[in-house]
Amino acid sequence: MDWVNAIVQGTLLGGLYALFAAGLSLIFGVMRLVNIAHGDLIVLAAYLGLTTSVALGLHPLAALLVVIPAMAGIGYVLQRGVLNQTLGDDILPPLLVTFGLSVIIQNALLEGYTADPQKMDAGALETASFGFGGLTLGVLPVLTFAVAVAVIAGLQWMFYRTPLGRAFRATSDNQDIAQLMGLNKAHVFGLAMALSLAVVAVAGIFLGIRTSFDPSIGGGRLIFGFEAVIIGGLGNLWGTLVGGVILGVAQTVGAKIDPGWQLLAGHLVFLLILAVRPNGLFPRVDA
Amino acid sequence: MSRSRYHVTRTSRTAQVAAFLGAIALLILIAAPWWAGRAELRLIGELCLYLALASLWNLMAGYAGLVSVGQQAYVGFGGYLLFALTIFGGLNPVLAIAIAGGLGALVSVPVAALIFRLRGAYFAIGTWVIAEVFRLSFAQVSALGGGSGTSLPTGIVRSLADGRAAREALAYWLALGVTVLVVASVYLFLRSRKGLALTAIRDNELAAASLGIDIWKTKFLVYVVTSALTAMVGGLIFLQKLRISPDAAFSVNDWTAFVIFIVVIGGIGTIEGPIIGTLVFFALRETLADLGTIYLMVLGLVAIVVMLKAPRGIWGLIRSRFDLELFPLGYRVQQKQDKGA
Repeated sequence: MDWVNAIVQGTLLGGLYALFAAGLSLIFGVMRLVNIAHGDLIVLAAYLGLTTSVALGLHPLAALLVVIPAMAGIGYVLQRGVLNQTLGDDILPPLLVTFGLSVIIQNALLEGYTADPQKMDAGALETASFGFGGLTLGVLPVLTFAVAVAVIAGLQWMFYRTPLGRAFRATSDNQDIAQLMGLNKAHVFGLAMALSLAVVAVAGIFLGIRTSFDPSIGGGRLIFGFEAVIIGGLGNLWGTLVGGVILGVAQTVGAKIDPGWQLLAGHLVFLLILAVRPNGLFPRVDA
Repeated sequence: MSRSRYHVTRTSRTAQVAAFLGAIALLILIAAPWWAGRAELRLIGELCLYLALASLWNLMAGYAGLVSVGQQAYVGFGGYLLFALTIFGGLNPVLAIAIAGGLGALVSVPVAALIFRLRGAYFAIGTWVIAEVFRLSFAQVSALGGGSGTSLPTGIVRSLADGRAAREALAYWLALGVTVLVVASVYLFLRSRKGLALTAIRDNELAAASLGIDIWKTKFLVYVVTSALTAMVGGLIFLQKLRISPDAAFSVNDWTAFVIFIVVIGGIGTIEGPIIGTLVFFALRETLADLGTIYLMVLGLVAIVVMLKAPRGIWGLIRSRFDLELFPLGYRVQQKQDKGA
């Protein structure tokens, strides 16, 4: 039963990793941009949530109403102001600019909030649990997983059922022709980054309720998100969820064998899948 | 106008002058233990090692198109192997560092086979995962202090040379030596046939492939050689520090972020760029280090601005204005000076 428990808890943890990954997957899909600052933006969202909930006396989940629009705004301005200038055939500029951004965000947070670990106070939600078939499940992990599924379903629906999704797909397929059809690609990319950081906001808040955080942990969150994307297969949102779950299960099972093995087990499973299925488990079929 | 009035040459007057001045600078640097104080000697040694790391990263990113954010994997690997081989193997530290280089090459082969499956930016994050795997693995070795690290035993430090001054001078010369080795190898490699292939790949991968260049193999060779040399530099870094811990050995900020900023600010894809970048980096650090986190934010900002406004860096700006090449790689056609005319 211990092992079943580890697997179930790992699956729920995977929901959080899928939230880390969904924003990353989205912008890669639309503009082939890999945002090295993604993890630091998650941490930034957590700090914004902390400040909002403390300053306004709100529950952290209610702080989402402030943090989501704020992060989306940051995303749009960042994309139009800086990142759009880096896009092109050369992969170096976007990589190095987002890398510089990552260092700036990390040190700005260090300057503003110090290196002390912080945590959001979500009251009874943090410890609430319920029994399910002999297992005890935390309400928060289940809620996180449900939100991850909802976010991915929402993104999927947006991509294939709305005019905005059509604009994303068109620009992804061919930027120049999309431009000829009357889409402003600078604006479309701005919206994609805004959406990505809206998801980052959700990820940051759930991260901050679940564990303590400090300015230095961004790189680790980027890596988890990245591993979930690659395991699931590039450009496949449901695959990303599966990737997150596989990573979460690998970590909890690894931790069960030896507590020092938690992170290592996750990385090793990622490398194993990379060795066996270089395109991930569910690669998008490209024409 | 006969053809004999023109000749093709690789060198130029500037390059000859630069080589001459470089040789003098090198002699002065070799003599540093006699004229510099302890603190300065340490600083120059550190500067040399950063220059070596920057030249290696530049070879990978600027020429082979392999943008890695995980070079700390090999810095830490080299550092830990220095400690392991001297503490458990009883080897001389200098020999241990050389062996660490060989083992760095060995371990980079399966790593390359795995992460070369990732393209472009995903390759970059893949290298970071590898560095994390290395960090977590070395943190598991309790004989090397586990997560909290360990110091180099005094017996081993003493075996290096008699007296503190002699030891520090030796550590400095090793740092200087490996840096000269790295810069010279990068230069000679780029002048060789393989280097020409690499430059062709940098300029246009598709065209290079159609000329029969094996792209995968060339990049693989660069990755393995870079890993070996990075591991040796790592060994030397921790020979200077005398203490190692997983977080210090595999720090992404110290061994990759700074190195990337050095190369970008100095000028990526040139041999001169990392040298200028290292000097600028240390000048900034010595003047602004008191500002702590603000200094790092400034550094990040400068790198972003350089990348957006002057993607070829400081050296790129200088070269486009004055047509200089201190390390001549290309050939140029020159008109012979007629005495009478």
